[in-house]
Amino acid sequence: MSIDTAPTANATALDATNAAATRRDILHRLLMTLGPILIALVIAGCILLAVGVDPLAYYGFVLEKGLFSPLGIQQTLTRMAPLLFLAAGLIVAFRAGMWNLGGDGQFLLGAVTAAAGAPVFVQIMPSWLALTCAFLIAMAVAMIWSLVPALLRAYQGVNEIITTLMMTFLGTSLANVLVKLVFRDPSTTVPQTRTLPVEDRLPRLFDTTITSGLLLGLAAIIIVHLVMTRTAFGLKLRIVGANPRAAVHAGLGVSGLTVAVFAISAGLAGLAGAVDIIGVQGNVRADWNPAYGLAVIPAVFLARMNGFAAIGFVFLLSVLSIGGESAARRLGVPNHFTLVLVSIVLIVLALAEYFDHRYNQSRRA
Amino acid sequence: MTGLFSEVFLSALLFGAVTAAIPLLLAGLGEQMSEKAGVLNIGIEGMMLAGAYLGFVGAFYSGSLWLGFLTGAAGGVAVALIMALLCVRIGLNQIVIGIALTLGLEGLTALLHHFQFSRSYPRLPAADATVIPLLSDIPVIGPAFFKHHLIVYLAVALVFAMGYLYRRTQLGLNLQAAGDKPAALDVAGIDVIRTRTIAVLTTGALAGLGGAYLANVGAGLFIPFITNGAGFLGIVLAMLARGRPIWVLFGALLFGVCLSLTTAMQVAGINIPTDIIQMLPFLAVMIMLVLFGRRASLPAALGIPYERGAR
Repeated sequence: MSIDTAPTANATALDATNAAATRRDILHRLLMTLGPILIALVIAGCILLAVGVDPLAYYGFVLEKGLFSPLGIQQTLTRMAPLLFLAAGLIVAFRAGMWNLGGDGQFLLGAVTAAAGAPVFVQIMPSWLALTCAFLIAMAVAMIWSLVPALLRAYQGVNEIITTLMMTFLGTSLANVLVKLVFRDPSTTVPQTRTLPVEDRLPRLFDTTITSGLLLGLAAIIIVHLVMTRTAFGLKLRIVGANPRAAVHAGLGVSGLTVAVFAISAGLAGLAGAVDIIGVQGNVRADWNPAYGLAVIPAVFLARMNGFAAIGFVFLLSVLSIGGESAARRLGVPNHFTLVLVSIVLIVLALAEYFDHRYNQSRRA
Repeated sequence: MTGLFSEVFLSALLFGAVTAAIPLLLAGLGEQMSEKAGVLNIGIEGMMLAGAYLGFVGAFYSGSLWLGFLTGAAGGVAVALIMALLCVRIGLNQIVIGIALTLGLEGLTALLHHFQFSRSYPRLPAADATVIPLLSDIPVIGPAFFKHHLIVYLAVALVFAMGYLYRRTQLGLNLQAAGDKPAALDVAGIDVIRTRTIAVLTTGALAGLGGAYLANVGAGLFIPFITNGAGFLGIVLAMLARGRPIWVLFGALLFGVCLSLTTAMQVAGINIPTDIIQMLPFLAVMIMLVLFGRRASLPAALGIPYERGAR
């Protein structure tokens, strides 16, 4: 990436070897990612063969529709926007050692409030202000929703895995109730919210169908990465994550930080919902739950909670899901195969990472 | 409204509650065992789905419900085997693998069902109930609690068997130690890995059985994603029960009543969106957590892979 900037004219020998090391490191990382993906594709291919589908044709479609066709790549990049926000939220929580498994509930509540708010706001204020307001209330609602698990964890020591899981079930149902009863569009027969007109949605990038939400998502995840790695606030959160007791001894306000972490994490999940609605869907139908949150969790882990690596994994996830959807339609394979494919990729990547770690350790010893 | 509280309605409601509670009970008991041994089993939803699918297929082709339960349990064990290998032996992150397994099994069972039955959803004949004499004659409660398939009574008996196992046997103590202080168990000469593997495989068998019950007795058919979060409810039940099987039973019944209420309200034609009623059990849990949360405790080494000699 930035190899050519490192060694300058007066570079010492040390710098040169460093550059070579980074180059080897990047190559190594690339191999360690692509190798397992290939293995996973072979395993998933065997499953396809077993049910009588030509795996090569399937993968051909996935690649063509997810990556190489102009329309496909645009859809893939569009799909990335909410996933990036979710990943950013998870990075904050996981680095601070907190398991926010409630992303889907926060996502849906954010989506529903944005869907309810945006069509109203655009009628009374300029479009950019309306969308900003929709984003803000989606974020605020998701933050408020995360207060219960946050306070329980911060002041009662209640395990957040259980509370966030509960809140995600509650949130999913509540989102449905809101769509069906409160925010329902009276002019349609199917229960859904009012639809945001296409011209009022987030602007498209250049002459493509890619929503500008992608840029917002990229900005969010990069800012989160920099805050977590470069600022005092991020350092505090990482200390809390590494050793909460030591953090108390170091004089950090752990309770306050815990609440802050939940608020940021949930707020980003709420923004993910908003960006999907305002950028792509335009409305929320009843019982809509894409369950992005669950799929992003392992991806963030595999990226070792590194923002830049997470972008890569989110891209991969996006290609697989968009490509898989098209391939499924063409070849008569149910869309569910994408889930199988993603899970095999995740497991093989996790295994590869483990063996790589093991190998490095034994070489050092 | 008076129709709501008729004897028939109440007993149907309670009957439904028991039927809905059994899969949760089995999943919760299984999860409890994993958690005791220090493994947070997020893949339990996947194990239940494997059990539901294979249990249904087994019963469908053999015509025997019992064989279905057996294949269902085997399906759960098969998924648990992957979990045990990856998370206990190799020590990969339990949450990553658990979620990956759940996603994968959701897809795989839906896929297999599609290729086997296409868009049709064949039904199994209704399970025959074992009627307990005398007790089943009690009004309301009798038909609700004492006219179920034999496996329901076995599942309830299991609650007490597990209680005995945890408190009175060496294996029970080993399990507890594997979750609280695995290093101490190791020093005592007992294989932590093996203890945890036993726990995870048992979890798989119970979750698979729960899934098979859900498909074969509860619904009488298999539809993709049939578990609908039952596995996650099992995790919650296990965490709330704080290591005591009897509390898993009470929790499962509470959830069962709420789930049954959903169906009953629909049948009675009451016009509340089902989503509101579906929120009841989760709301109940959250209220309990707010009230008693401070006292909830989990094994010290939960979620941490054990590696010999590592600090």
